[in-house]
Amino acid sequence: MADRAVVDTGLEMVRPAPPVTGGAWTIVVRFARKKPLGAIGGVLLLVTLVAAIFAEPLATHDPIATDAFHTLARPGADHWLGSDHLGRDIYSRIVHGSRVSLIVGVVSTLLGSVLGGMIGLLSAYFGGKTDLITQRFLDILQGLPLLVLALVMSAALGPAVHNVIIAISIPIIPRAARVIRASVLSIREMQYIEAARALGVRHLRTAFRHILPNTMGPFIVLATAQLGSAILVEATLSFLGLGVPEPYPSWGRMLSVSASEYAQKAPWLVLFPGIAISLAVFASNLLGDALRDTLDPRLRGA
Amino acid sequence: MRGYITKRLLIAVVTLFGMSIVIFVLMRLAPGNITDIIFESAGYVDQEDKKRLEVELGIDRPLPVQYGAWMRELLSGDLGKSYHYELPAADIIKPRLPVTLELAFLALAFSILLGVPFGVISAIRQDKPLDYVLRVVSLAGLSMPSFWLGMIVILLLVRSFGWIPSVQYVSPFDDLRANLAQFFFPALAVGYRSSALIMRITRSAMLEVLREDYIRTAWAKGQREGPVVWRHALKNASLPVITLIGIEFAFLIGGLIVTETVFNLPGVARYLIDAIQWRDYPIVQNLVMLIAVIVVLANLTVDLLYAWLDPRIKYGRP
Repeated sequence: MADRAVVDTGLEMVRPAPPVTGGAWTIVVRFARKKPLGAIGGVLLLVTLVAAIFAEPLATHDPIATDAFHTLARPGADHWLGSDHLGRDIYSRIVHGSRVSLIVGVVSTLLGSVLGGMIGLLSAYFGGKTDLITQRFLDILQGLPLLVLALVMSAALGPAVHNVIIAISIPIIPRAARVIRASVLSIREMQYIEAARALGVRHLRTAFRHILPNTMGPFIVLATAQLGSAILVEATLSFLGLGVPEPYPSWGRMLSVSASEYAQKAPWLVLFPGIAISLAVFASNLLGDALRDTLDPRLRGA
Repeated sequence: MRGYITKRLLIAVVTLFGMSIVIFVLMRLAPGNITDIIFESAGYVDQEDKKRLEVELGIDRPLPVQYGAWMRELLSGDLGKSYHYELPAADIIKPRLPVTLELAFLALAFSILLGVPFGVISAIRQDKPLDYVLRVVSLAGLSMPSFWLGMIVILLLVRSFGWIPSVQYVSPFDDLRANLAQFFFPALAVGYRSSALIMRITRSAMLEVLREDYIRTAWAKGQREGPVVWRHALKNASLPVITLIGIEFAFLIGGLIVTETVFNLPGVARYLIDAIQWRDYPIVQNLVMLIAVIVVLANLTVDLLYAWLDPRIKYGRP
């Protein structure tokens, strides 16, 4: 899947036709034409990324500055999406909040998927007792509801960005390990692995150099699928006051207690941050579904 | 069959034991214990008083001893005493349990009643407009935080009917109608998310089964759509769906924590957050163990259902 073998027959170079022609842009365009919904997801995620990177120029107000004269302002020319009970601009807070969501979402997904992927790879490659013990351990981790585990962990570690990331990534580990393990189990039986072993390639090198690259498809599918739920868990933790601490805005905390208190008078306090969370998660889910259909047809619709 | 059940039961017990260690260690990792929190809020720390309280609560002992004591209590049915409320933990958990259980089962019912039929319809109308609509609706359900959905529901109810679900909990035995009115919307908010997952798995399982030869035979014989789809196909597509419902039950319980908070229902799930923040070990440990037991039981039920639905499992390797 990674690099096609170039066989030197001694007479001529026999090159199998490359599967995809053209540059990265062509691939993107082709994907967008085949999977319009997935492309929409990709664009939405890109918008979130742009907001996160260019939050300062994009925001119209200081997201933290309170303004006692313009509390609960209606959405309008000055405050595009209104202001909250402390006079803070909702639009600017949402733009800045995308940072927390993306950083926590992406980093915890990567951390959890990579760690889980390693465990799955080694567990499946070595099999036997190693596999059995690892599986039981993962059962235990997976048995507890994701949110309960993340809740207890984030309370245990204290409110800080890196702690929230750890709390969200640990529940992802068993899920990632399962997926990669299943895919390694089938790759392990392939002939080229036997060939590599026969040539004297060491175990770890076989696992990482010859098996790992071939699990890239399922891995990408898994990571995109987890990204959405990681963003959701971050929002939930922040909503419960266990997420990233004040004063930096996060979407989940914008919806916490104070928002519901003023919900009747100022529904925009509740409406817009929730829409931001939903769109970001919706985008990752759309993209994840499309990638799954493209990269791993066996999982279609699962 | 008996061997299969014994094996499953054994795995369940081992899993529960492991979970108890995980939760015990996690809580002890949390910085500070309840005495720190109490004395911190008082602003003045008398080390001797603090020490006395720690001894009284037994949290000065080595961790293995504390763990052993907890296990002994738990196995003899004693849930210990809440540090924060100074009441037996059972007195706190018991009256709140029916609320959470009712909400969980209503939500589960919603998710199955919505998820399975929509999944089937989506599969038989594959790639038609209705399929697209249902898929987008389900994906939206997976994307909205359930606590936000709850807030929006409350907002809409107040805006359009001027009615707000009762803040005071009504027991179903006192007034069933008021109780259901109170639980309908929170259960829907939690159930919608789960129904989306159930719909997706039902759809993909149905799509696979509908391509099988015996379904084609049924069509060829001139069977009507109704029996073919709902009897032959759905029955054979039900295995992955049931597995997912079992797994989903664990997620659903996680979702209750926020939903109970948003709808102000006095259940145990919401109480867990309070207890975590107070480092109220007996409550947190026993509540999480309770959740773990429910999850393990749900998985066990799925395993047994599986063996019953698919006779091959009884004989082959599980």
